[in-house]
Amino acid sequence: MRPAIETTALGKRYRRNWALRDCCVQIPGERITALIGPNGAGKTTLLNLAIGLLTPDAGGIETLGWSPQRQPELVLGRVGYVPQDRPLYSRFTVADTLHMGRSTNPRWDDRGARERMHKRGIALDLPIRRLSGGQRAQVSLALALGKHPDLLLLDEPASSLDPLARRDFLAELVDAVAADGTTVVLSSHVIADVERVCDYLVILADGRVQLAGDIDTIREEHKVIIGPRFERDVASADATVISAEHSERESALLVRRDDPAAPPGWRIETPSLEELVLAYLSNPRAGALPAPQLAESAAS
Amino acid sequence: MIHFRLETGSATPAYAQLVHQVRRAVLRGVLAPGDRLPAAREVVAALAINPNTVLKAYSQLEREGFAYSRAGLGTFIAETAPAPIAPRTLHDLRPALRAWVTRARDAGLSEEAVSALFESALDEGYREGVA
Repeated sequence: MRPAIETTALGKRYRRNWALRDCCVQIPGERITALIGPNGAGKTTLLNLAIGLLTPDAGGIETLGWSPQRQPELVLGRVGYVPQDRPLYSRFTVADTLHMGRSTNPRWDDRGARERMHKRGIALDLPIRRLSGGQRAQVSLALALGKHPDLLLLDEPASSLDPLARRDFLAELVDAVAADGTTVVLSSHVIADVERVCDYLVILADGRVQLAGDIDTIREEHKVIIGPRFERDVASADATVISAEHSERESALLVRRDDPAAPPGWRIETPSLEELVLAYLSNPRAGALPAPQLAESAAS
Repeated sequence: MIHFRLETGSATPAYAQLVHQVRRAVLRGVLAPGDRLPAAREVVAALAINPNTVLKAYSQLEREGFAYSRAGLGTFIAETAPAPIAPRTLHDLRPALRAWVTRARDAGLSEEAVSALFESALDEGYREGVA
């Protein structure tokens, strides 16, 4: 199975600021991958490079094995994209919008798209401007899925939706994946959505990849160890310490170790995905290097 | 048929939550050998979760002998799944535990304190049994 997206030392610059720099990542096929990172970490830039809307300033990127810049004809027909602001023509009706999809995509599945609208109770004769946010999101998704993409890219797909609309949106997305085996890469700030829907995780920080891997494996590899409060700054001394938090009496370390040896009197717990992600986000330099020996340094 | 739930924000990954719910249902007698588990696609639609999560849960249940799958038919509870707690055993054990819980409550213990106490006794009792 070839990777969905593969980058090598990829860089993209806006004026003097590098939005992505030395970005090396391999996003696998047949998975649902979450791109997580603070605003400005380079998530949208990476997606725009993957679809060929932007051109790299350094390094390279391949989407489904092709260059989106040099071989757009091979990439565009196979990749669906739902951008963050979900641009749709507000004067078009839903039917007009689907017609646009049909006339611009040779692989268009009109029946599937209409069935999706029917299932969500969206009348075809309604103009886009009269749809709710959730309905617009469904139309955007139907437009992207209608071309039967091998790879679907979504930028913050559900962030502005109310809980029910978000749930319907994600349900539609995973149903399409279950039916067609579509590979999905989505950026999100909502960890609960990621936990539900995604099985592969890429954390971007300052334009670089901070952490990438299978979500269950990542969860098994991290532990929280909690013990009596200490003062030393272990997080900078030991690269397996991703974050250190101190309360009045206790210190809690989130460490990248599947089997940490905790000193006596310390307890070892399993972090939630949210704790784990927050630990990385709050410590952008963590995860850059592998390094040994936490328990000893914490105990001493 | 079992009704799956998913708790996000938990320390337990989604696939392990599904596995745990099937195991509990078997031990409580809610699911018996031969019962069909919901099709992966139904669980995906009901919970809006990753299809691989359901497949991973079902294959772990198969490895553990709780379930087996038949191509095209689905996944079923296996004969090799542990038997539910026998009604007689339940009948013998439950009242004493229930009475103990009442005593703990009357002693002013919170639910959480009782749970912590029970877990440590559980831990102790079963370690003793193994040693």
